[in-house]
Amino acid sequence: MAEALAGFAAAVVDPGRPVPAGLTARPGADLGRRLAVYRNNVTVGLVDALAAGFPVTGRLVGEEFFRAMAQVFVAWNRPSSPMMFEYGAGFADFIAGFAPAASVPYLADVAALEAARTAAWHAAEGPALAAAVLARRVAGWSGEALLAARVTAHPATRVVASRYPIRSVWAVHQGDDPEPAFGGPWQPETALVTRPAGEVRVRALDPAAGAFAAALLAGASVGEAGAAALDEDEGFEAGTALVMLADAGAIGDMEEARG
Amino acid sequence: MAAADIADRFGPDPVPARAGVGLKPQHAAAVLGGRPDVGFFEVHAENYMGAGGPPHRLLEGVRDRYPLSVHGVGMSIGGPGPLDRAHLARLRTVVDRYRPGLVSEHLAWSSHDGAFLNDLLPVPLTEATLDRVAAHVDEVQDALGRAILVENPSSYLAFAESTIPETEFLGRLAERTGCGLLLDVNNVRVSATNLGYDPVGYLDAFPVAHIGEIHLAGYDEEVEADGGRLLIDAHGSPVRPDVWPLFRHALALAGPVPTLIEWDNAVPDWPVLHAEAQAADAVLAGFVGGPRRAGADRG
Repeated sequence: MAEALAGFAAAVVDPGRPVPAGLTARPGADLGRRLAVYRNNVTVGLVDALAAGFPVTGRLVGEEFFRAMAQVFVAWNRPSSPMMFEYGAGFADFIAGFAPAASVPYLADVAALEAARTAAWHAAEGPALAAAVLARRVAGWSGEALLAARVTAHPATRVVASRYPIRSVWAVHQGDDPEPAFGGPWQPETALVTRPAGEVRVRALDPAAGAFAAALLAGASVGEAGAAALDEDEGFEAGTALVMLADAGAIGDMEEARG
Repeated sequence: MAAADIADRFGPDPVPARAGVGLKPQHAAAVLGGRPDVGFFEVHAENYMGAGGPPHRLLEGVRDRYPLSVHGVGMSIGGPGPLDRAHLARLRTVVDRYRPGLVSEHLAWSSHDGAFLNDLLPVPLTEATLDRVAAHVDEVQDALGRAILVENPSSYLAFAESTIPETEFLGRLAERTGCGLLLDVNNVRVSATNLGYDPVGYLDAFPVAHIGEIHLAGYDEEVEADGGRLLIDAHGSPVRPDVWPLFRHALALAGPVPTLIEWDNAVPDWPVLHAEAQAADAVLAGFVGGPRRAGADRG
């Protein structure tokens, strides 16, 4: 049994292989065509899963290009679990190295944004620290205490930094129009993905706020994250950014540092 | 068997012998807002194995209002290797959380060398396979603390080494493990055409005493080089006209059982899907008082 199934599996994933011995169907059937049904189910099913998870990535390059690109990814990246919503986790990195897509330099970052939305959609529940609560809490702290403080991110929070306006590009491609007008300035955006009140939201942060959010939500202190932000913008103000992050639902909790 | 025993084996909130439909996120508003008259909803277990978020909120809302069936597509109980324990634990989490009236899986395999092949692949129907599948079903049922249903596959190829007719294989599997069976009537139509046997004869040989659920769906069709038909289990269209008579034949043998409309691709607007379920309900109504399904007859 194991041998027969191993041969079958090998033939299903490799279209170059002949039909394994020992298979039958109705008299007169084309066994190669029959095997192709299984091959097609496997490949098309995975390409469909990517198409469902990356709709804007697909719109940016068109369906034909997207499916051809997805097929290459599928051929080299078999899912390791039956949970299809996890399958696209490596797709953005693949696109970044996929030479035929190089003429759309922001494509990989938009794909990373879409993967972050999927991850946020399925992430665990958790409390979110309301902006007003955070502001009241911090008001009683010394400046040193605030700089030393760290946050825990809400489980659904994701940060995707880009040299391109990925949040704006993603937003204007929500409709069916294949080439919608892009009105905004062409400048770097960091996408902040959150799930306040059960709905996945995406905000655009400027590079300073983006650097602050990425560092803070990864575990840096307010002071450390603020220093990263000041590298981007001398006028950066950490308090404003903290309230903005809480307002977006990005922060699970924040407590005064001890010791 | 007393009703309480059935509930004990198959779950606390029984699925009625009516038509149900697969739950699709795009129908959330129509289902939760409109409270349509539907016998039950079925979900793919794997879609609810994430930690949290909107999918669970939707399913909790549906579970509060309707009986639920959980259908697994990734356990690979027909596979040669050991079951994926992590996946089994995830299935148990879903089942414990939602307490569905029915839990089902497939006589098929889908995992090989640590990769998930994302299709339901055929098994050789031999004594060795029966031993293996029975052990896997035992393991799943032990982990879940309840009986599951096992579904007949849609086939495009078969293994020449098979020695046991599929109907006998499923019947012996049910006798050995105490599992029930999910009779997919569309799969019967598809497999019978593709492998060259009589679907009515298949149904007549089917161990109907163990049927706990029926699936209906639409197939796609191609013509092969020799002019013969190749049917593909596509789940992207209405139930085909030649499947309805097989459904009636199955009900004449088994009596009314929970019946799912599977429409997973090119999913239509809610009214179209609901109408398909109502058509199945109308057929089911004609068999009320017919032969009782045998989970209910035994004991």
